Amino acid sequence: MADSFSINENMSGRRKFLVAATSVAGGIAGAAIATPFLLSMMPSERAKAAGAPVEVDISKLEPGMLLMVEWRGRVVWVLNRTPEMLESLVKVEGELADPNSEKNQQPEYARNRTRSIKPEILVTEGVCTHLGCSPVFRKDIAPADLGPDWQGGFFCPCHGSKFDLAGRVYKNVPAPTNMVVPPHMYMSDSRLLIGSESEGST
Amino acid sequence: MSNLFNSMIEWIDKRFPLTSNWKAHLSEYYAPKNFNFWYFFGSLALLVLVNQLLTGIFLTMNYKPDASQAFASVEYIMRDVEYGWLIRYMHSTGASMFFVVVYLHMFRGMMYGSYRKPRELLWIIGMAIFFVLMSLAFTGYILPWGQMSYWGAQVIVSMFGAIPVIGDTLQQWLLGDFTLSDAALNRFFAYHVVTLPLILLVLVFVHILALHETGSNNPDGIEIKDNKNPQTGIPVDGIPFHPYYTVKDIVGVVVFLFVFCGIIFFAPEMGGYFLEYNNFIPANTLQTPDHIAPVWYFTPYYSMLRAVTVNFLGIDAKLWGVILMAGSVVIFCFLPWLDRSPVKSIRYKGPLFKTALALFVVSFFVLGWLGTKSPTPMYTLLAQIFTVIYFAFFILMPWYSKIDKTKPEPKRLKE
Repeated sequence: MADSFSINENMSGRRKFLVAATSVAGGIAGAAIATPFLLSMMPSERAKAAGAPVEVDISKLEPGMLLMVEWRGRVVWVLNRTPEMLESLVKVEGELADPNSEKNQQPEYARNRTRSIKPEILVTEGVCTHLGCSPVFRKDIAPADLGPDWQGGFFCPCHGSKFDLAGRVYKNVPAPTNMVVPPHMYMSDSRLLIGSESEGST
Repeated sequence: MSNLFNSMIEWIDKRFPLTSNWKAHLSEYYAPKNFNFWYFFGSLALLVLVNQLLTGIFLTMNYKPDASQAFASVEYIMRDVEYGWLIRYMHSTGASMFFVVVYLHMFRGMMYGSYRKPRELLWIIGMAIFFVLMSLAFTGYILPWGQMSYWGAQVIVSMFGAIPVIGDTLQQWLLGDFTLSDAALNRFFAYHVVTLPLILLVLVFVHILALHETGSNNPDGIEIKDNKNPQTGIPVDGIPFHPYYTVKDIVGVVVFLFVFCGIIFFAPEMGGYFLEYNNFIPANTLQTPDHIAPVWYFTPYYSMLRAVTVNFLGIDAKLWGVILMAGSVVIFCFLPWLDRSPVKSIRYKGPLFKTALALFVVSFFVLGWLGTKSPTPMYTLLAQIFTVIYFAFFILMPWYSKIDKTKPEPKRLKE
């Protein structure tokens, strides 16, 4: 039985070569025809276009308020932080996994303590870096369920990850990194563009 | 009349191997005579497969794989389509019962050593069926596009993002978008109704072919082919599958249908275990439900996914969780080579194996229960302990199965 699967020993060198060459050519053709099918499963042009930047008017965003914006189908939070909230960022630093934002989760211009361009305005994706749930904004100080040290921040109900008010992750939670700050820029003092770092490009 | 019938069969046999296949796989397929309760679940799995295929076809006639219409189309099936509720409940209950019978079928194999030589490949084909079944359950659960569909899929797809280097691109390729959206729903529908059922059917066919090549194992774990009648060449402890086991299996089918109908008519949601309450809320991409847990049959693996909370060996906790979750299923494939016991069946195995198997079953149930709960430090610790026991069952098997005190196997099947 096993013989029927192996190439006959008596086969001439010419025939062996032809069998091998045909197999290789067939393999290449197979890979070539698979390519368009596999690529058809990547995000389509329409899906890419839907990733276009979103313009947000933040003139009416009061201090302490959180605005939810949809960009590329996911939540982006715009939080106007009060001076007290900004102070809390310093207090919690000892408990954070990456307080200085060393991991590449933000554009260069947001690699600072507040993880933002303007200190008070936080722009971050509202997506937990563990497995993609959307954390809850908990601005209450020291609630019963989160303990007396809680200075306000974001709590993920799925697997219990915690983030501070700059989207920086706490130590010893399932989420490995800080939340992602999307590319963004200010077109004027109150007009924020999410998804682009320079006007006219994405 | 019988003459006409016989000549018709003769006509077919010259053109298609009808009688020879009937004999080889049914009327002259000799199965051990001592099959017990645990041998119902293979044929019941086939029954549930047929149920899923039939009800599934009728569901596609009214379901719409479109993120803006999917949820409403399921409600339409439930409320306005004639007997739509029955067909959908048959399908959703069938999904859970598929896992019930397959888990029992696998446990039978573990008890009686059905994975041992010469049935290693049969076991691995069975594991492939199990992987396809898990994929079918996952893609099917997404289709109603409720809150649990959406966020459950979000968590599972995010796991692929945990794979180093290629993770992000792979995730986009799986989703067909930068986030979980209509594109993903549409393709998961294609997988659920075309790709995966086709693969499943082929694998089930191959599984049965492999079974009929080696012959069935039995509760004594000895080979009936080693003891054939010298005149006929038929195993002395074998009986023809048809009519003996077809009739026995019909009894199993009837009892199973009592339970199945009971669930469909009286508890189709099974208290939130078969159909989760959060899934009666349409998907909201901006808000995660307060508590998310998978359907019951995935909860043991889900517990292991979130059991790891510290980074070690240079791999972060998130990736460890994914590795453990995948490993907990893949490791079954290695059972044929992990078991070094001189005997196959639990009847002749010693106290070490019996204890190990009992601990494994307990850890499977405890992990399953923990997977339905919100994680607290106490639950996480429990999940870690039972994850270790779960894996210890497999990893220590070469050792404890070898030194175990076994009893001698009999030469013939016991009555």
